[in-house]
Amino acid sequence: MMIEAKGLTRRFGDFAAVDGITFSVGEGEVFGFLGANGAGKTTAMRMLIGLLAPTSGEATVAGFDVYRQQDGIKRSIGYMSQRFSLYDDLTVRENIRLYGGIYGLTDAQIRDRTAALLARLELEHAAGERVQRLPLGWKQKLAFAVALLHEPAIVFLDEPTGGVDPVTRRQFWEMIYEAAHRGTTVLVTTHYMDEAEYCDRVSIMVAGRIAALGTPAELKARFHAASMDEVFVRLARPSDSADPDASADTSTDASGGTSTGASADASINTSADPSTDAPGSASTGTATASGDDDAGAGDGG
Amino acid sequence: MSVFLAFLRKEFAHILRDRRTLLIVLALPLMQVLLFGYAIRNEVTDVRLVVVDSHPDAVTLDIRNRLGGTGLFHIVAVEPTEARLDRLFRTGKAQVAVIFQPGFGDLLSRGQVPQVQVITDAAEPNTGSRMQAYVTQVIQAWQMERQDAARAFRIHPAVQMRFNPTLKSVNLFVPGLIALVLTLISALMTAVSLTREKETGTMEILLVSPLRPWQIISGKVLPYLVLGWASAISTLVAARVVFRVPMRGSVPLFLAESLLYVLVSLGLGVLISSRTTSQRAATMGALVGLMMPTQLLSGFVFPLESMPAWLRPATNLVPARWFVVIARGIMLKGVGITYLWRETLVLALMAAVLLVLAIRTFRVRLE
Amino acid sequence: MSTPAVQVTTLEKAFGPVQALRGISFDVEPGELFGFIGPDGAGKSTLFRILTTLLVPTAGEARVLGLDPVKELWKLRTRVGYMPGRFSLYPDLTVRENLTFFAQVFGTTIREQYELIRPIYSQIEPFAERRAGALSGGMKQKLALCCALVHRPDILFLDEPTTGVDAVSRREFWDLLGVLRQGGLTIVVSTPYMDEADRCDRVALIQTGRLLRVAAPAAVGAAYEGPLFRVRGADRFRLIQALRAYPNARFVFPFGDSLHYTDARTGADAAAIRADVGRYLSAEGFGEVAMEPIDAGIEDAFMALMGAPEAIATVEARR
Repeated sequence: MMIEAKGLTRRFGDFAAVDGITFSVGEGEVFGFLGANGAGKTTAMRMLIGLLAPTSGEATVAGFDVYRQQDGIKRSIGYMSQRFSLYDDLTVRENIRLYGGIYGLTDAQIRDRTAALLARLELEHAAGERVQRLPLGWKQKLAFAVALLHEPAIVFLDEPTGGVDPVTRRQFWEMIYEAAHRGTTVLVTTHYMDEAEYCDRVSIMVAGRIAALGTPAELKARFHAASMDEVFVRLARPSDSADPDASADTSTDASGGTSTGASADASINTSADPSTDAPGSASTGTATASGDDDAGAGDGG
Repeated sequence: MSVFLAFLRKEFAHILRDRRTLLIVLALPLMQVLLFGYAIRNEVTDVRLVVVDSHPDAVTLDIRNRLGGTGLFHIVAVEPTEARLDRLFRTGKAQVAVIFQPGFGDLLSRGQVPQVQVITDAAEPNTGSRMQAYVTQVIQAWQMERQDAARAFRIHPAVQMRFNPTLKSVNLFVPGLIALVLTLISALMTAVSLTREKETGTMEILLVSPLRPWQIISGKVLPYLVLGWASAISTLVAARVVFRVPMRGSVPLFLAESLLYVLVSLGLGVLISSRTTSQRAATMGALVGLMMPTQLLSGFVFPLESMPAWLRPATNLVPARWFVVIARGIMLKGVGITYLWRETLVLALMAAVLLVLAIRTFRVRLE
Repeated sequence: MSTPAVQVTTLEKAFGPVQALRGISFDVEPGELFGFIGPDGAGKSTLFRILTTLLVPTAGEARVLGLDPVKELWKLRTRVGYMPGRFSLYPDLTVRENLTFFAQVFGTTIREQYELIRPIYSQIEPFAERRAGALSGGMKQKLALCCALVHRPDILFLDEPTTGVDAVSRREFWDLLGVLRQGGLTIVVSTPYMDEADRCDRVALIQTGRLLRVAAPAAVGAAYEGPLFRVRGADRFRLIQALRAYPNARFVFPFGDSLHYTDARTGADAAAIRADVGRYLSAEGFGEVAMEPIDAGIEDAFMALMGAPEAIATVEARR
C-alpha cells in the first residue's frame, strides 16, 4: 500500500477539520479524493504530504510515517496544485532545472529528462520562454510533468485542471493514465465530476469524514445514480436520497472556529429550496442517452 | 549541496528579473548616501548676522568688517538699537546678533573691558552653538591680532541662546516628528487603503456603482483625516507632558495648520494610489517618495541652511519643509499667522492643487 | 421585436500585444439567461468588463440596454448588476454589512428589495452577522449575487460565479438563477463548466477571444458533424489508444466512464460503423465493448469547434 490512513484526525481547537478518516491507496492506482469546499480535503492532503502534523490517528505515505518521517515523504512524492506550481518569471528550462536540482537529480539526469519531457509535450521551441507566456493549459501540463521529473512513487494533484479547456483537460488525464501505467500512484482532487469517473477508486469527504469510498461503478450502483455528479449530490443532500446506506451527516455549520492555516469552513447546508435534480444534467456533457428527452432538431446553430 | 545551489540560483534569477525591486535595491542606497552626505553638514555657512552698534567707531567697524569678511556670515542689517532685534529673530531674518556696548572703542582705549553680546537663534541647537562658536572665534582672533602688550584686554562674548535656552534637542525634533507622523498616517495609509481595493477586486464593484470619484476619494480620505489629526494631537500631548516641549503660540492655530498639512498629505496619498495597483507598490512609493524626503529634506533634523545650494530648491517641494517652519514658529517662537502667512499659503496651494489633481486623475475605469 | 438587451458588433480588445477579444458579435434578448462557455483566457472577463463600463474596447461597438458603455457609463452603471470573478466583497464586514453597503450606495435598502432577493438571501440570512471572509465558497457566491441584485438592476452580469465551488453548490446557484430569470431579469453568465450550458436559454462558446458558436444548447449539439458514439469497455487507457490508431477515427475523447468516438465518415450508416469498429477492436484483443450512437452535447461541440488546443503559436502572438 502506497498510502495508508487509519483514523487520521486533525483538530483546530474544538473543530475537527478531518475527523478520523481511514483509507488506503495501492501502487499504480488513480485515486480521486473528492469533497465539497470545506469538507476537509485540503487539510487531509496537507497531512499526507507532510506539511501538517495530524492530531491523532496514523498514516504512512510511501512507507514513511507522517508524524516522524516527513522528510522521507517529501523526497518520495511529487506535488502539483492549481494555484501554484511553476515560477512565472523563470523559463521552462529553468523551472525544470530548478526542480531537478531541488530533488537531487544529477546534471546528466536533468539533461536527459528535460529533453524527454520537452519532446513528450512538444514544447521544444518554447523551452526558453518564460512560463508566464504560456497558455494556461500548457502550464498545467508542464507543471505535472515537472512534478514527475524525479520519478516519485506517488504524486498528489490538487485541482490540476481548473479553468482549462476541455481538450487540454483530457490530454492532462491521459498523462495521468500514462504515469499510473508506469506504476506511479496518483492522488487527485477535482471539482469536475466527470473526472471522478476517470479514477480507479474515489472517496468523498463530507464534514471531515469519508462518506463514501469505492470504484465509481460501485458508488453509482449503491446510490442508484447515473453519474458521479448525482452520487455527490445525494451524499451532500441525503434528504433527497432514498438510500439507507448513505452514511453522511448533513454538513453542519461549524462555529467558524478556524485558526490560521485551516482552510476548512464547513459548507453550509440550509437550503430552503428543494434542490431540483435536473434530469440529464450530468457533467459528462452528453445531452441524451437513449430514452431521455429528445435533443430535437433545434434552430440551426 | 546541489539541492541548495539549485534553490539559490532560482533566487538570484527572481531578483535580477524584478526590475523594480532591483532599481530600489541599487539606487536607494546611492540616493541615501548622496542625500545624507549633503544633508548632514556640520559646517554652517551663510549665517545671517545682525549688528547692533549704537555708536560705531573704528574698533566696532573693524570687528564688523572682520565678521563680514570671513565669508561665514552675511550681515543682513546694522541696527542702532535692539528694538527690532526681536522681530528680526522671529521672522527668521536674523540668526545671530552681535551687540556692541555703546562707546566700545572708548572703553577699550581706556583700558576697560567692553562687552560684546552674542545672541543666537537656538531653535536648532546644533547650529545655534556652532554659530555662537564662530562669532566668538572671530572676535577672539581679532583680539589676538590687536593685542598690545600693554593693553591686554578681554572681550567676553555673552552668549544667549534664544528660543531654546537649554538647547533641548527634543524641541528640535518634535515639530518635525509631528510632520512625519502626519505624513505616515495620511499619505501612506490612504495610499494603501485605496490600492487594497484594487488588489482584492472590490474596486471593480465600487466603480460600477453610482459612486462618483470624489465620493470614493472623500470616503477613503476622511477617516484618515480624523486619524491623522488625532495622532498629531497625541504626539503633541506626549511631547508636552513627557519632554516639556514648549507650546508658546496659539494652539488653535497649530491645530488648524496641522489639518492643512494633513490635507496635503492625503492628496499625495491619493495620487500615489492612482499610479499603483498593489499595496506593496503603494507602500514603497509612499516611503521612498514621501517619507524619505520628509525626513531628510524638511529641515526636520538636518538644517536646511547646511544643505548645498543646488539642493535647497528641491526642499521647497517637500510639504513637510513648510510645515516644520510653521510648527517650530508656533511652538518655539510663539509667532502667529502674521509671521507664517507665507508658509501657510504655500501649504494651502499645495493642498488645493493636489486634491484637484487627485480627483481628476482618479480612474473611472479599470485602465 | 424588442430591442436586444445587449448588442455587440465586431468587438475587439487588445492589451498591448495580446488580443483578448478578436472581433465578436452577438445579441442578448431581454429576459434571456445567456451563457458564455469557455476556459480561462477565452476573453470572458474582458468582455464582461467592457459591457459593464469598466474597460474601453479597442474596436467595434457595444450597446447594453440601448446605452453605450463608453459614452453613457454613468447612466448604465445604475442599471447594471455585476458580479466579478473571484469573490470580491469585503471579507472583514459581515454579510449584512456588505449587503447594506451595496444597497445604500445605490440609494435603496435591504428592506425595500427584500422580496426580490429573498430566494437567495433566505439561504444566507441565518449567517447575517458572520464575517463574509468566514463563509464557505458556496455561501460567498450567494452573498455576492445578493449584492449584485439588491439595487434591482435591469440586467445582471455574472463572471464565473460558480468557479471553484463544489458541484452541489453550483447546482443550487443555477437553480437560483432560474428563479430570477422567471422574474424577467436578463442574465448574462460566464462559466468554464460545460455542463452548466444546458441551463441557459442560449449559449456562446468562446475560446481565445473568438466565438465558436452562438445558439440554444440543443442546437449546438444538433449541429455537430459526424456520427458520435459512446464506447464502454475495460482498460480504458488501451481502448483510447487503439481507437486513435483506427484509420477512420476523427475524435476519441474520454468522457466520464466511457469514451466518445467520432467517426470521420460523416453521413455513413451508424450500424455499419459500429460493426466495423467492433471488428477492429476484437482484432486488437478487446473483449466486450459496448458502443451506441448518441447525440452530441455542448462539450463535444466545443471540442470539435475549438480545433487544436491553444497552440504555442499563441505564445508568438503574445510577444
